[in-house]
Amino acid sequence: MASHQFDNVDRSGSVSGPPSEGDYALDRGFRGIAWFSAALILALVVYIVIEIGGKAMPAIAEHGLGFLTSTSWNVQTGQFGILPQIWGTLYSSLLALLLGGVFGIAIAIFLTQDFLPNRLAAVFRTIIELLAAIPSVVFGLWGIYVLIPLLRPVANWLHANFGGVPFFGTSLSGPGLAPAALVLAIMILPTVASISVDALRQIPYKVKEAAYGMGTTRWEAILKVMLPTASSGILAALVLGFGRALGETMALAMLIGNSNQISLSLFAPANTLAALLASSFPEAGPVEIRALMYAALALLAITLIVNAVGLAVMKFATRKFEAER
Amino acid sequence: MSATDLAVESAIRDLETTPAPKPSLHRAPLELRALKSGVLTGLTWIAALLASVPLFSVIYELVVAGGSRLSWETLTALPPSAFDLGGGFGNAIVGTLVMVGIATLISLPLGILAAVYLAILDPDSRLAHTVRFLAKVLTGFPSILAGVFVYAVMVVTMKTYSALAGGVALAVLMLPTVVLAAEQAMAMVPKKMKDAAYGIGCTRTQVIWKVVLPTGAPGILTGAMLAIAGAAGNSAPLLFTALFSDYYLRSLTEPTASLAILIFNFSGMPYENQIQLAWAASLVLVLIVLVFNILARIIGRQKY
Amino acid sequence: MNANPERMTAGTAPARNGIVMDCQLEKVFYGDFLAVRDSKVPIEKNKITGFIGPSGCGKSTVLRSLNRMNDLIPIFRFQGKVSYHGQDIYDKKVDPVVVRRYIGMVFQQPNPFAMSIYDNVAFGLRLNGFKGNLDERVEKALHGAAIWNEVKDKLKNSGLSLSGGQQQRLCIARAIATEPDVLLMDEPCSALDPIATRRVEELMVELKEKYTIALVTHNMQQAIRVADTTAFFGVDISQGSRTGYLVEMGPTKKIFEEPEQQLTRQYVRGEFS
Repeated sequence: MASHQFDNVDRSGSVSGPPSEGDYALDRGFRGIAWFSAALILALVVYIVIEIGGKAMPAIAEHGLGFLTSTSWNVQTGQFGILPQIWGTLYSSLLALLLGGVFGIAIAIFLTQDFLPNRLAAVFRTIIELLAAIPSVVFGLWGIYVLIPLLRPVANWLHANFGGVPFFGTSLSGPGLAPAALVLAIMILPTVASISVDALRQIPYKVKEAAYGMGTTRWEAILKVMLPTASSGILAALVLGFGRALGETMALAMLIGNSNQISLSLFAPANTLAALLASSFPEAGPVEIRALMYAALALLAITLIVNAVGLAVMKFATRKFEAER
Repeated sequence: MSATDLAVESAIRDLETTPAPKPSLHRAPLELRALKSGVLTGLTWIAALLASVPLFSVIYELVVAGGSRLSWETLTALPPSAFDLGGGFGNAIVGTLVMVGIATLISLPLGILAAVYLAILDPDSRLAHTVRFLAKVLTGFPSILAGVFVYAVMVVTMKTYSALAGGVALAVLMLPTVVLAAEQAMAMVPKKMKDAAYGIGCTRTQVIWKVVLPTGAPGILTGAMLAIAGAAGNSAPLLFTALFSDYYLRSLTEPTASLAILIFNFSGMPYENQIQLAWAASLVLVLIVLVFNILARIIGRQKY
Repeated sequence: MNANPERMTAGTAPARNGIVMDCQLEKVFYGDFLAVRDSKVPIEKNKITGFIGPSGCGKSTVLRSLNRMNDLIPIFRFQGKVSYHGQDIYDKKVDPVVVRRYIGMVFQQPNPFAMSIYDNVAFGLRLNGFKGNLDERVEKALHGAAIWNEVKDKLKNSGLSLSGGQQQRLCIARAIATEPDVLLMDEPCSALDPIATRRVEELMVELKEKYTIALVTHNMQQAIRVADTTAFFGVDISQGSRTGYLVEMGPTKKIFEEPEQQLTRQYVRGEFS
C-alpha cells in the first residue's frame, strides 16, 4: 500500500489524496476483528458441543446407551437413566405442539386473511408479541397459583368419570403434565403464530386473486389454496415451536412435578430433561454431575436436530417463491 | 344519436326481454358452504380470543397480587428468611441489572462485529453461511444448556458461582439475536448509499463506520433491546452459574441474586410472605422486560 | 341464450348476438377517489369485447367490476348496475363468490397455484363438487387451452415449473375447466413473449366459439387482431384528478378506421398513449 500510482499526477488545488497509512491500518485491523468475531461464534458453538460432550464422556463410558433406556435416577446406588425424562420431554412438547400449533395457525389465519381491519390486527399482533415477552418463571408462578387450581376440579372430574381412559388415569394432585403442557403451549404459540404469519404473508397477492377469481369463498381460498401454498412455512413454524418446547425449562421445572415416571395420564406428575437439569444440577455431587452432563448432551442433540430440520424446511419454503419470481 | 348508441340501446332492449335468468346468483345462508364458512370463522374468533386470555390473566394477577405488595421496602430490602415478615428483593434487582449489563457488554460488540462481517465484508463466504446458520440454530438453543456450558467452563474453573458467570451465560443467549438483527439491519442499508461512499474513495472500514452503522443503527438497537429483554427474563442459565445470594452484590466473583431465581425459589415455599414477594418480583421483572420491549418498538419505528 | 336474429337491428354490427352482461357503471370510487365514471359496456355473447385506452383510464377496473374481483379491495365502491342474465350482480342478495363461478378470470400475471398441473386444472371442478370423470375434463380443458401436448407427460409436475407462456395457458385451462359462461381476461399477454402471445391470441379466437370473452389490452394491434367489439376508455383530468370513462364503443373495425370521437382517432393513430 505504500506507493501510490497517482503520486506523479499534478494535484495542485485539489484536496483529493489517498487514504493515509493510518486509514489503511485501521481498515485492515477492523476487518480482521470483524472476521475474528464471526469466527468466534463458530468457535463458541464448537466449544459448547465439545465441552458438554467432553464432560459427558465419563458418564457415557460408564452407563453406555443403557442410560437412554433406563428408568432409575438414584444417586445412592449410582444408577442413572433418562428414559422417563425423554418420555416427559417428548410427551409434554407434543401436547404443547398440538394445542399451540392449532391455536398458533388459527391466529396466523386470523391475522392475515382479512378478518380484522389493519389497526385491530396490529393491536392483536401486539398482544401475541407481549405473550412472548413474559418470562418463563412468571408463567410458572401463574401456573402454580392460577392454572392448577383452575384445572384441578376439571381434571379430577374427568378422572372420576372417565378414569378408564389412559389419558385420565390419575387425578391431578398439584403439579402434573397437563398444566405444564398448557403453559408450554401458551409459550410456543407466539413462535408458531409469527412464523406462520410470515409464511402466509409471503404468498403473492396474485395467488389470492386467482383463488377468488375461481369463485372460492374466503374459507375455500384459505383451506384449499393459502394453507397448502404456505404449508412448508407453517411446517417450519411447527418444528421450531416444537424445538422451543423441548428446551423450555423454568416453567416446566415449576409445574411438571419432577417425578421420574412414565405415564400416559395427563394428570400424572412427570419430568423433562431440562427440568431435571434445573432441579438436580445446583445440589448435585460429582457423580451425579457427570450423569447430568450426559442428559444435557442428549437434550442438546435432540434440540439441535429438531432446530436444524426446522430451519431446513423454512429455507425450502422461502425458495419456493423465489423460483417463481 | 350515434350508431353506437343505437346499437347499445337495441342491445339493452335485447337484454330486457331476455327470458328468465339462468343461474341464481343469490347467497343461500343455509347452504353447506355458507354454514361451514360461518362455523370456521366463529372457531377462529374463539381461538383468537382464548389465546389472549392467558396474557390478560397474567397481567391481572401481576397487578393485583404483585402490585399490592410493591413498596419502597420491597424494592430495596433484602429477602426475608423463612418465617420473617416483610423484606424485599433489592439485591435481586441489582443482580439482574448487573448480569444483564455484563451480558450486553459482551454480546453487543461481538455480535455487531460479527454481523459486519456477515452483512458487509464477506456475505457469501463459507464462514458467513456457517455462522448465519449456527446463529439461527442457537436462537432455538435451550437456555439451560448455556448454563450447563458456562458451569463447566467458568464455575468449575473459578470454583465459585458468580455474577460474571451469570453474565457470560446470558451473553451466550443474547449473541444470536444480536447477530441476526444487526446483520439484517445492515443488509437493509440501500446499496446506493454504500456505492456513494465507495465512490468518494472510502475504505471499507470507513464505509461501515460512516454509512452502514449510522444508517442501520435503529435496526441494530431494536435487536439489542429485544435481546436484553429476553436475557432479563431468562433465568434457567442463572440457576447454576450465578446461583443466588441473600445479600447485595459486593464483587462480580461471588454468588449473585436475580429476580428470576428469586421467583423460582419463593414460588415453591409454603409461606404467604414469600409467595407475595414472588408476585411482586414478577411484576418488577415483567416491567423491566417491557421497558426494553417498548424501547425496541420506539427505536424500530424511527425511519432513516 | 343463442343469437336472436329477429331482434337484430339493421345497420349495426354484423350478426348481433345476445347480450350476456350489461355493465352500466355510473361511478367507481377507491375511497374518495373517483376512478371511473359513466361507462355503459354491453358484452355480447360468443364475441371478444376488447377494452383499450391509455394507462389509468380504468379499463382494468371496469373489467374487474364485472365479476366483483374489486370487492377484495376494502375501499372499493361501485355505483350503477351490472346485469348478468337480467340480474344485477351488485344486488345485496347476490353472493360475489357465485358470480365468480359463472364469470371466470385470467389475470395479467400468470398465477398458477403451488400445486401440480393436474390439480391446478381440477381445482375449479373439485371446488364445484364435480362428480364425473375428472381426468377427462382436465384433459379437455388442457386441450382447450392448447397446452395439452406440452404437459400431458408431466401432469404431476408443479404448475410453477412451466414457462411464463405455458403458465398463462395453464391458467386459461384452469379458468375454462368448469366451462364458465364468461371469461374476463386482464391483459393476459402482458407478461408473455411474442410467440406465447400469438398462441394465446389464437386460443382466444378459438375460445369465443364457446365462451364470451372480455379482454383488457394495452396493445392496440392485439385488439385489432382478436376483438370483435372494442371499447375505448379515456382519462378525464378536468376535475383535478384522473377519472376514467368510456369514450366510445363499437365494432373494432369502425373504432380503428372511422371512430366518431376526435379523442379515439388521436389514440388509435398513436398520437398519445
